[in-house]
Amino acid sequence: MLRSLIYKRSFSTTKISRQTLAFIEVSNGSITSLSLSAITAAQNLGKPITAILAGTQAEKVASSTSKIDGISKVLSAGNGQYDHYLAEELVPLLKEVIETRKFTHMITPASAVGKSFLPRLGALLDVQPISDVVEVLSEDTFVRPIYAGNALATVKSNDLTKLVSIRASAFQPAKFNTESVSIEEIDSLEKSDNRTKFLSEQLIESDRPELGSATKVVAGGRGLKNRETFESLIEPLASKLNAAIGASRAAVDSGFCDNSLQVGQTGKIVAPDLYIAVGVSGAIQHLAGMKDSKTIVAINKDPEAPIFNIADIGLVSDLHEAVPELSNKL
Amino acid sequence: MSTKLKILVPVKRVIDYAIKPRINKAGTGVETKGVKFSMNPFCDIALEESLKIREANKGLVEKIHAVSIGPTKSQDILRTALAKGADSTTLVDVGETEVEPLTVAKMLQKVVEREQSNLVILGKQAIDDDLNQTGQILAGLLNWPQATNASKVEIDGDKISVTREVDGGSDTLQASLPMIVTADLRLNEPRYASLPNVMKAKKKPLEKLKASDLGIEIVNRVETLKVEEPPTRSAGVKVESVDELIAKLKEAKAI
Repeated sequence: MLRSLIYKRSFSTTKISRQTLAFIEVSNGSITSLSLSAITAAQNLGKPITAILAGTQAEKVASSTSKIDGISKVLSAGNGQYDHYLAEELVPLLKEVIETRKFTHMITPASAVGKSFLPRLGALLDVQPISDVVEVLSEDTFVRPIYAGNALATVKSNDLTKLVSIRASAFQPAKFNTESVSIEEIDSLEKSDNRTKFLSEQLIESDRPELGSATKVVAGGRGLKNRETFESLIEPLASKLNAAIGASRAAVDSGFCDNSLQVGQTGKIVAPDLYIAVGVSGAIQHLAGMKDSKTIVAINKDPEAPIFNIADIGLVSDLHEAVPELSNKL
Repeated sequence: MSTKLKILVPVKRVIDYAIKPRINKAGTGVETKGVKFSMNPFCDIALEESLKIREANKGLVEKIHAVSIGPTKSQDILRTALAKGADSTTLVDVGETEVEPLTVAKMLQKVVEREQSNLVILGKQAIDDDLNQTGQILAGLLNWPQATNASKVEIDGDKISVTREVDGGSDTLQASLPMIVTADLRLNEPRYASLPNVMKAKKKPLEKLKASDLGIEIVNRVETLKVEEPPTRSAGVKVESVDELIAKLKEAKAI
C-alpha cells in the first residue's frame, strides 16, 4: 500500500509540466519595463514561459507580448473586471490558471501591483511567496535582499508551486523578436467574491523617463531646502541628462516633490547607469534604493555625509552653485 | 448606525531601523545579540492609524487589540502599544523561531476569530525580512478586501475608502467591512507614549499564548541557505570642481 503510494507520487511529479506563468503588467497602454525584466528572470528558470495579460488593455498589447523573447504562449483575459488589477479579482483567475494548467512557477515584477496580488495568491494556493528576487540560482533557489539591502539571503523554496516577485532593477528587460507565439483568449471567472471597488486614481503626469527603469536618475534630498530650489536645480539637470527625477524620504516628507519619486527601502528601488544624489545625506533607507547603480555621483557640502562612502565621484560643494554650473556645462 | 469597529493591529519586534545590521559569523542570519530592537516602524504607523480612527469617530471603535508573534521579548513592544493606546494585547510566543508570513497570517486568522476583529491594520512590510506579504496573505485567507500601502484611510459609515501609494501616483479603493489595510510610511506620524501612559500600560491586559494554543504548527516552506554581505563598492574619488566632475563622468562613460 505504502509502496504504491510512493510509486504514484514519484510518477505524478515526473508528469508535471514544468512551466512558468509570467504576469505582464500594462500601464498606459504599454507593457511595463518592470514586466520585461521579470521575463528575463523567468528565462533563468529554464522553463517554457507563458505570459498572462489581464484587463481591457490586454488586447492592445497582446501581439507585442507575443513577441517578447523567451515567451512560448500568451494567455489574455481581456475582461474589464481585471482593470486596475485589484488583487481580489486577479487572484481567483490566476489560481484557476495555475491549477488547471499545472504551472510550477509564477513570476511577477515586484511592482505595487505584483506586491499586492502575489501574497494573496499565496494564501489561496497555500504557498509561501518569495519577494523581490535579485538572482535566480535554480528553479527553487533564489537570492533576495533583506534588512534594506544590508544583507543578501539565499533561499530555497520547498513549495510545489513557486510564487516569485522580481526586483526589476536586478535584471535587464527582455527584448522583443519578430516572431510571435500563439495568443489564447481566456474567459474571466464568473464569480470572484470581490467586495473592493476602484474609485479613482491620481497619476503624476511626466514627460520624463519612468523612475523605475530610467538609465539616469537625478535625486534631491533635504539639502535642497524647499520645493522651489528642488524644482529650479533638479529639473534643469535632469532635463539636460534626460534623466528621471528621484528624491530622498526627507525631501518627500518636506513636500519638495511627490511621493512617487521616493527612492529607498520604502519607495522605488532603482539601479540606473548614473545616479546623481544632490543634497542627499545617504541614510541606510535611501541607500537601499540606489546602491546598485552603476555610477554614483554625490554633491553635498558636508564632507562627512555617508553618501560619500558609496559615491564613485564626490563633489564637496554648495549645491546652489555646483548644480547650476553642472547643468550649464553639460 | 454603522458597525462598531474591532480593530486588530499586528506588530512585529525588529532590529531598530537606525541600526546597520551585521551578518553573524556562521553566515546564517543577522547578529541579534546586544542589538537594539524596536517596534517595526510600519506597525507603529498602523497602530497610530487605529488610534486616530478612534479619536476622529467618537464611539465607533469598540476596541483596539494589538498582537505580536515572536520571542518572549516581543511583550516589550506590546507594552509600548498599550502605552500608546491599545486596549488589550496578545503575545504568541514562538521563541526564537523565525516564522514566515504564511504561518503568521494563519495565526492572525485565528486571532481575528478570537477577537472578532472586523478591521485589521498592518504595516506594509517588516524592515527586517522586507517581504511585504502578511497583510495580503491574511486578506486571502479570510477572503476579505485588501488595501495595501495606504496613505489615507477614510471611514464613511460601513464603507472604508483607502488612498494607496502605487507606481506613478496614488489610487483610491473602497470596500465595506470587514477588511484589511496595510500602512505606508506617509499614513501618519506615530505618537510617543507618555510616562504616565507607560505606567498605566503595565496594568493593561497582555495575554500570552503559544502557537499550539491557536492550533497552528510552525512549518517553514522556505529555507534560508545562507546570509551574506552584499558586494561592497570600491572606493570612490572626491573631486574639487564641477569641471573635474564632468571629466570623471566622461572617463567613466557615464555621460
